[in-house]
Amino acid sequence: MQRREFLKYGTLTVTGLALGGGAVPFVPLRRARADDGGVAGPSPPTSPFVQELPIAPLHQPVAPFATSCPTSGNTLFYNVHIQEQLHSFHPQLPDNLIWGYNGITPGPTFHARVGQPNVVRFFNDLPANHRGFGVPNTVVHRHGGFQASEDDGFPLDLFTPGTSRDFCWPNVSPGNDVRENEATLWYHDHLVDFTGPNVYKGLAGFFLMFDDVDSGDETDPNPAALRLPSGDFDIPLVFQDRAFDQNGQLIFNTFEHNGFLGDKFLVNGAIQPFLRVARRKYRFRFLDGSNARFYEFFLSSGQSFVQIASDDKLLPHPIVRKSIRMGMAERVDVVIDFSGYPIGQEVILQNRLQQNDGRGPSDEGLVSPGTPILKFIVTRDAADPSRVPDPLRPLPPILLDKVGAHRTFTFDNSDGGWVINDRFFDGNRAVAFPQLGVPEIWTLQNEGGEWSHPIHIHLESFQILSRNGQPPAAYEAGQKDTVVLGPDDEVKLYIQFRTFRGRYVFHCHNTEHEDMAMMARFDTT
Amino acid sequence: MSIERRRLRGLAACVLASACAGRDRAPGPAVAMGTASLPNVRLQTQDGEPVRFYDDLVKGRVVMINFMFTTCRRACPGTTANLRRVQRALRSHVGRDLVMLSVSLDPEHDTPEVLKEYARVYGAGPGWYFLSGRREEIEQLRRRLGVYDLNPVRDADRTRHAGLVVLGNEPMDRWSAISGRAKPRQIVEAVERVMERPEDWKPETWSGGRPPPGSSACAAPPA
Repeated sequence: MQRREFLKYGTLTVTGLALGGGAVPFVPLRRARADDGGVAGPSPPTSPFVQELPIAPLHQPVAPFATSCPTSGNTLFYNVHIQEQLHSFHPQLPDNLIWGYNGITPGPTFHARVGQPNVVRFFNDLPANHRGFGVPNTVVHRHGGFQASEDDGFPLDLFTPGTSRDFCWPNVSPGNDVRENEATLWYHDHLVDFTGPNVYKGLAGFFLMFDDVDSGDETDPNPAALRLPSGDFDIPLVFQDRAFDQNGQLIFNTFEHNGFLGDKFLVNGAIQPFLRVARRKYRFRFLDGSNARFYEFFLSSGQSFVQIASDDKLLPHPIVRKSIRMGMAERVDVVIDFSGYPIGQEVILQNRLQQNDGRGPSDEGLVSPGTPILKFIVTRDAADPSRVPDPLRPLPPILLDKVGAHRTFTFDNSDGGWVINDRFFDGNRAVAFPQLGVPEIWTLQNEGGEWSHPIHIHLESFQILSRNGQPPAAYEAGQKDTVVLGPDDEVKLYIQFRTFRGRYVFHCHNTEHEDMAMMARFDTT
Repeated sequence: MSIERRRLRGLAACVLASACAGRDRAPGPAVAMGTASLPNVRLQTQDGEPVRFYDDLVKGRVVMINFMFTTCRRACPGTTANLRRVQRALRSHVGRDLVMLSVSLDPEHDTPEVLKEYARVYGAGPGWYFLSGRREEIEQLRRRLGVYDLNPVRDADRTRHAGLVVLGNEPMDRWSAISGRAKPRQIVEAVERVMERPEDWKPETWSGGRPPPGSSACAAPPA
């Protein structure tokens, strides 16, 4: 403790000198205090791989209820209670009060079918008198979802403790184009000004979509079915970082405007868990659900991943990748085949990407072996009727001759404020009015110096035309709903909005930047 | 509620006592964050009144905090002029449950007399405090509130820190931040969102979108 205090004052002194004497550089501490913009902590020590990977329960429908949502004969109805509950991040830490969908984090996983609408009634049961980080008003955004404006989680459409709100998720694809059918979505809080602390407190869960092709059945006799690994062998993994005080209580610095980083690494709400696997193929749905942390995943055995989807949609072809780099809110579906290992083999999923503050990955880049995140233990044999066919799902065409609008958005930092085209988020004013059915080209430019910004566009996914003038890499050449802008990057993308007229947003998914108004409203017309 | 409040007060007092001493703080979070991390630095108002940052200005209130200095010609005048319009829009709160705190980054020059004249020129009313103090303590406060740039060269430029307004609701320990360059209306809305209390939350306060299904029939049971 005294050493920590010493460090604090040491830093202040150096900073004071820098201010008094002009441009005297100082070296930021690696394990910095919260007010140095570094990684929060140190949290109490915890042993890795002593707890099993939690897998969120599949959410079960309830009997139909009266709703203002449009419904059809096959609509499925759900209730979700947003609650404060105790949660164990690690057996060596005390239980913590978190906010969770149905009181758990991550929340229950939805399995939905294209063509079968969902009506989900979210009850805000959060404590109205809550003190501390997190605000008990809430907004629910189904990230990657194709849904009406009022069901999209516009950041001002909040509902307060003691009320509920129905979300009508139609589970249709834009233009009813099967090439646009979705796979891995997630739902999370999107409250204006406070998304960061609310998601950090636990408000996030998976929403998975299936259809006749990606049918969720690896024994599907339908010849159109891909038969990707399914059931117990299709596992969503959300990666998050957190920090704890010396009493093991979850902490968050509401004054960390650069992006909050924790020093504990969670998978599905548990710090460094393990998973017993069979000698066969698995589909893992990776989600970077952190506020501000980027990852680059490797397998300790040197084995490659087979990537099959980017963000919400399947890729046209599987891609073999040595490592998977992810920004906040991005999803990557991978297949890992454990059949080549002997029983008893352990394989570690590592994050080798070095990041010291909210700006993004540090110049050090990759470190080895990095941080162990999840341990796979090969424990048994199992039948494997699954396949990873090629092709997977074709891309919809890019119709450049139909493009009706070009828009340019710059993302920048201005005296500590985050801006898009030099403006701050204004929920009452749209910056663009895309016409339904007319494709557009958006140019996203990062003018913010050394900062990285994952940009997420609501309502429709897009296809990247170029990154810094070059064609996108194969893993970015599919459909996406979030794209990372590294320092000075310029990304051109092709996007069109269909069916739903109304107000939507696009924003940086570093939630601290988003909460400081790095967001813009656009109205589809 | 009162027990909870007492507990928090006790915790805050403990943290503050140790912060004043600048030494170890006995049991409690090793890394205090939010309200508990605020240093209780000594400042002077434009009227020359000695105050403690936390005890006298922040505790029990909603606060808007920005950093400025009177000779700053870059971001400061625009922010101060914006805040003046915010002050007008929130006049029913300013000086009652809401205070505005503008802390000088050039305290040697910005004496209470200088700040008083600046406040007069910019039309600051009651409840808007222009604060001077010891440079090291103001620097400590600035960093704690996250008003700094990770790039040390930019951080050394005082005019860079004038753009940010930190918004807080001390009783709820709820904090956010917005640029002082945003439109006054945007700043006002952000202050209102920080200020909101549970009793302000009624289903009628829906800001748009789909109305609550079946109106009151759908109210959730108490947790």
